Amino acid sequence: MSLWGILAINSVAFGGLLFLLSAGFSLIFGLMRVPNLTHGSMFMLGGYVGSTLYLTWHLPFWLAALGAAATVAVFGGVIERLLLRRLSGSILAQVLVTLGISFIVADFCLLTWTGDPISVATPPGLTGGVRAFGLFFTTYRIAIILVACVVAALLWALLDKTRLGAMIRAGVDDPEMARVVGIRVSRLFTIVFCLGAGLAGFGGIMGAPILTVYPGLDGDMLPLALVVVILGGAGSLLGSLVGSFLIGFVYNFGQAMLPELAYFVLFLPMVLVLVLRPQGLFGRHAP
Amino acid sequence: MTALSIRKLEKSFGGLRVTRGVDLEVAPGERRLIIGPNGAGKTTLFNLVTGELKPDIGSVALFGQELTRLPSRRRAHLGLSRTYQIITLFPKDTLLRNVTLSLLGLSPLRWSPLLRLDRQRRLIEQAERALARVGLAQMAHRPLAETSYGERRRVEIAMALAQNPRVLLLDEPFAGLSVDERRDVKTLLFAIPRDVTIVMIEHDMDVALDLAERISVMHFGEVVVEGTRTEVVADPRTKEIYLGG
Amino acid sequence: MTATRASLLAALAVLVAVPWWVPGDYYISVCSQILIYAVFALGVDVLIGYAGLVSLGHAGLFGLASYAVAIALASGSGQLGAVALALAVALLGTAAFAALSLRATGIGFIMITLALGQILWGLAYRWVSMTDGDNGVGVAARPMPFGFNLEVASHFYYATLVVFLLALLAAWVFVHSPFGASLAGTRDQPRRMNALGYHVWLIRFYACLFSGLLTAVAGILFVYYTKFISPQTLALTASAEGVLMVISGGSGTLLGPIVGAALVVIVKNVASAYIERWNMLLGAIFVAIVVFMPEGLVPGTTRLVRRAFKLRPNAPAPTGEPAPGEPAP
Repeated sequence: MSLWGILAINSVAFGGLLFLLSAGFSLIFGLMRVPNLTHGSMFMLGGYVGSTLYLTWHLPFWLAALGAAATVAVFGGVIERLLLRRLSGSILAQVLVTLGISFIVADFCLLTWTGDPISVATPPGLTGGVRAFGLFFTTYRIAIILVACVVAALLWALLDKTRLGAMIRAGVDDPEMARVVGIRVSRLFTIVFCLGAGLAGFGGIMGAPILTVYPGLDGDMLPLALVVVILGGAGSLLGSLVGSFLIGFVYNFGQAMLPELAYFVLFLPMVLVLVLRPQGLFGRHAP
Repeated sequence: MTALSIRKLEKSFGGLRVTRGVDLEVAPGERRLIIGPNGAGKTTLFNLVTGELKPDIGSVALFGQELTRLPSRRRAHLGLSRTYQIITLFPKDTLLRNVTLSLLGLSPLRWSPLLRLDRQRRLIEQAERALARVGLAQMAHRPLAETSYGERRRVEIAMALAQNPRVLLLDEPFAGLSVDERRDVKTLLFAIPRDVTIVMIEHDMDVALDLAERISVMHFGEVVVEGTRTEVVADPRTKEIYLGG
Repeated sequence: MTATRASLLAALAVLVAVPWWVPGDYYISVCSQILIYAVFALGVDVLIGYAGLVSLGHAGLFGLASYAVAIALASGSGQLGAVALALAVALLGTAAFAALSLRATGIGFIMITLALGQILWGLAYRWVSMTDGDNGVGVAARPMPFGFNLEVASHFYYATLVVFLLALLAAWVFVHSPFGASLAGTRDQPRRMNALGYHVWLIRFYACLFSGLLTAVAGILFVYYTKFISPQTLALTASAEGVLMVISGGSGTLLGPIVGAALVVIVKNVASAYIERWNMLLGAIFVAIVVFMPEGLVPGTTRLVRRAFKLRPNAPAPTGEPAPGEPAP
């Protein structure tokens, strides 16, 4: 019985991480129609930078996490400004460039942080656990869930209550129209790209105590982001939230029950959605 | 039997009703002109008839056969062809290849991965004849990208005619043409035999008036006036739409 | 026409003579590798160049065929049976792959193929009872068609050459057929093609199957070439290399992918002798090609050379040429 409880809480925590990863991916994809294949790299880079700040520079964990998010956000901004900007409108070119950058980042990380996985100890104050309902909950996983909720709330407020958010929503609904009514799409793109990259980087360091940071983490996370977005619908915040938790559950339960076919099971919901509702659960347009 | 029968056709985009209950009956061999100001829903009507858009309500029948649920490609096989207002041809290909693609669309040959397309004599001769029909035989091997706007319009018509349609839909065939080109296209359209029923959209009333036996005036997604040329011109609502609109 | 025919014959002669003019077995094997990847790249190009669909999951299909051969052989099947099984499995896999990916086009297609390719990779990696995970599956011996010993490097090369030529012929016939014309039409104007009477979805589906067939053939050759298959072969990097071969050589042509395959294989082999970081180089090449030569190396080089001449004073300004950085279609 308690195994299921632990699996469930792990699933929710993993869903929270996936949300940090995929919310930005979804926004970038929905708004800019850019399939940002560097997104897994952003997650990994966040993990590496954050762990260095935390372990080597001995910064407090949350400061290290923010530092990692900021670094990755700047990196994302540079890519958007210098490369993607020049290629707007050409999907193939954007795919290739983001893919190329992801390879470069992967090799760069291998060069800088070697091939050994870096385990990040659970930050002090968040170790241990809570016993409730006859179950033992790890404090850190609860912290991740809370952080994901806070980020979701902030993003929702940003999108729903601010002018910037209104512009982003307009852009997601109809990029052409947004341009016509004079929204400065160019600056908006950079902001959204930085935001998405930063969130992914933040997710990377937040996940480090659970997942560790290792070469290949990018390749493990990118398909998850894709699946979440295909599932939830591009550009939909609610979609990535629901999709993330769904995938969190499928991933954890799949791994526990069918370890050999876990990867296959993971993609089943995506297959179902593609067959029944290609635009995703909460999406408006087909991808 | 009617060639084309449209009943209560409705389509909304978001909250905007682009066509509201359009009824239209076109007799076999008839030349029907649909006019109306921009935004009257004319091109949407065509897209509903060809199946490029799905109607919310209503039905379309071709010679008594229900089309409403059929995909576009099936309608082409049943004898419905159209031209486009915004030219959607294959710019890198030659005129001949453009028309060949049109012919191939209705030929079972299109599924063959083993034959050589440039050895399909009959198909190519048919395509050449279709180009000759619109007076473009001499430039059959020129890439479409190197032709003038007026020539492309004629390629559009050649492609539609090549499919030997029973009902031909022409979406603003005169738009953007010079006076000479208009005359050429008009001669071309007059020469189409009577076994082809023609429905034509025009924004500008005067150009195509003498081609049509009956005229339907559309306004805000509805057919407002319908009748012969004299009837429609005499009708006060026509004046209102075009002058007072 | 005769000039084309002459250069084709010359190219064929050069290919047939490889074991004589290439120094040593190692380099003969590199040539085999180039031909294998050329078949793969042709398969990828059927989609990118002729259907306008970019797949980032083709390494999965390639690996599916490889694993099918290796596993069938390991469980005691004969060579012919293993190859037949591999083709069947790969085609079925491609059919499922296509049915799902073709729910979308454009970016959606890319994302779904990427995800599906990762599933196949994940299966190879995790389904240990079937694939032995990271350890991979070995192939004990290459087949001996008509008593021809393929263990000899030059013999294997000739076998590969024959298969390559057949694949090239098949691709040539395919793109020059009425079906090939229909496919190219769906790439340029899918909506118009539908209105002209074409079943766009089904045309794309068949194109995927043909692409999958070429990919499977390459995968089968590959597993006999390396006599080993591991999840590495199915990685996203491998799919990306396939796309790079097509793009670098020039998509929508038959020569482009072959040149691209040769380039990538040579650069990879040369690079691995000097540096460890093939991935970084691969990434840099991607970025450079997209930014500087979006239409591929062969046409791109021609354009840059032509432009260099045209930029001289008195020469007419270049017209109708896409500027660097302008998106490729």
